[in-house]
Order: sequence, then structure tokens, then C-alpha cells
Amino acid sequence: MENLAMGNYGVYVWSCFGLTLAVIVFSDWRARLRHKRVYREIEVRIKALEERQ
Amino acid sequence: MWKFFHRLASPPHFYRLAAVFAPWFALPALVLIAYGVYAGLFLAPMDYQQGDAFRIIYVHVPSAYLSIMAYMIMAISGGIGLIWRMKLAHAVAAAAAPLGAAFTFLALVTGSIWGRPMWGTWWEWGDPRLTSELILLFLYFGYMALRGAIDDTAKADKASAVLALVGVVNVVIVHYSVEWWSSLHQGQTLLKEGGPAMDPGMLYPLLAMILGFTFLFGSLLLRRVRTEVLFRERRTRWVREMILSPEGS
Repeated sequence: MENLAMGNYGVYVWSCFGLTLAVIVFSDWRARLRHKRVYREIEVRIKALEERQ
Repeated sequence: MWKFFHRLASPPHFYRLAAVFAPWFALPALVLIAYGVYAGLFLAPMDYQQGDAFRIIYVHVPSAYLSIMAYMIMAISGGIGLIWRMKLAHAVAAAAAPLGAAFTFLALVTGSIWGRPMWGTWWEWGDPRLTSELILLFLYFGYMALRGAIDDTAKADKASAVLALVGVVNVVIVHYSVEWWSSLHQGQTLLKEGGPAMDPGMLYPLLAMILGFTFLFGSLLLRRVRTEVLFRERRTRWVREMILSPEGS
């Protein structure tokens, strides 16, 4: 518990580490999501074109 | 050598290569950050002046360093795209901007949280380092807004590259602000003449975090550039063949 309290600076220290983790996870999730979305859009368009031909 | 760069800059080649390399950047990033977080929070000795609040540097310093590095990558790539008309360079610049903005935001917020107990204030407008770093965040926002406002990709590439190059002036100001003007922010510690002014127990976790964040940035950037390349090349033959191939990607 003493380690977690960080000499009364716990709120400041843990909030910084928590925020950093959140931003990194969010960036990673956004990158994956955008890739899936772009890939899916292209896939749908190309397959629709193929079916038409 | 030129042949190698020419081949690397080919979108289909880069697209496949980035998929291979991204996990190889992520792996050392995870190991280094795991060590850096554990050693920084629990093994590094307490600072005699700042107490345990100094541990915020383990996320603040790598974020601040990446905020500048991402901008330089964005500006240099934009410049290469303008001069040599390399499409991949513009894709790199476009992909680096949101990451740079994220790390600049982190540097500003973690710095502000550290400033509250140390300086007694969340923010100091008169401080050149804080203000120039905030301008850097606005430059990233401006860059992304400019790209978003222009539908024609080639025109957006050119206009945003010029903006990124002009903004390099601010990066120089961010870096040297603590030397040129009187600042609340502390001066150089790692790049100080005569070596870093830090206890090795504090220094090694910090170096691990900086290196780990760099690998993480590399992995995230490769994946974002891959998406950017895919989007830009969506009407090309190689994308069509890749999508229709049984393996896909």
C-alpha cells in the first residue's frame, strides 16, 4: 500500500500512468478499427464490381 | 542503394513489409515498457527534492520526445513528398500526425499534472516550453484539419506538407526554449554536457521507456501508414488482386 500511495503523490503519479495507458490503447484500437473499415469498404466495392462483370 | 529505396517506396511492397515489421517493433516495445514501468515506479530511488512525484517523468519525457520526433517525421516526409513526389512519403506524414498529436497531448497533460504539486499550478502561460508545446498540439490539429478540408488527396498532401515544414520553426523553439528564455521547466538533463545528470537507478528505466516508446511509435506508425497506403491505392490493380486473392490481408 505504501508503494501505491507514492508518498502522497499517488493521485498524480497513477493518473499520469493510467492516462498514458488509455491513450496508447485508444491509438492502437483506432488504428486497427480504421484498417478494418478501409479494408472492408474496398472489399465490398471490388466484390460488387466483380459480380457486375 | 537507390534501387532499395525505390523498391521500399513502392506501395505494394511497403504494404506487405509493414505487416511483417509492425509486430517486431511491438515486441521490444512491450518488453522495454514493462521493465521501464516496473523499475520506474518501484525500483528507482525517490528524488530528494520531488519525492515520488518525479516518477511522472517515466511517461512525460518519452511522450514529449515523441511529440517532437513525430513532428520531424511528418515534416521531413512532407518535404520528401514535395521534392521527389513520393506518394509513400505523404502517406507517412499523414499517418504520423494523429500519433504526434496523441503524444503531444500526453506530454502536456502529464506535465501539467506534475506541475500542480511541484510548481503549485496546473499551467503557466508565461513559460516558453509549455506554450510552445501547446502550439505544437495546435499545429498537429491544424495539419489534420487542413488535410480533412481538402478532398483532392494530391492537393491536401502539398498544402499540409508546406504547413508541416513551416511549423518546424516551432519545434526548434520547443527544444531550445529552456535555454533561450528563463523557464519554470527544468533544463536539459539527459543531453547535458558531460553526460546525464541522473542517478543510474533513475536513468536506466527512463532510457528503457524512451526506447520502448520509440518502438511502440514505430509499430503504430507502420500500421497507420499501411492503412493510409491501402486507402490511397484503393483503385489500383494490386489492391484488387490482393483483396480477391484467397489469402487477402
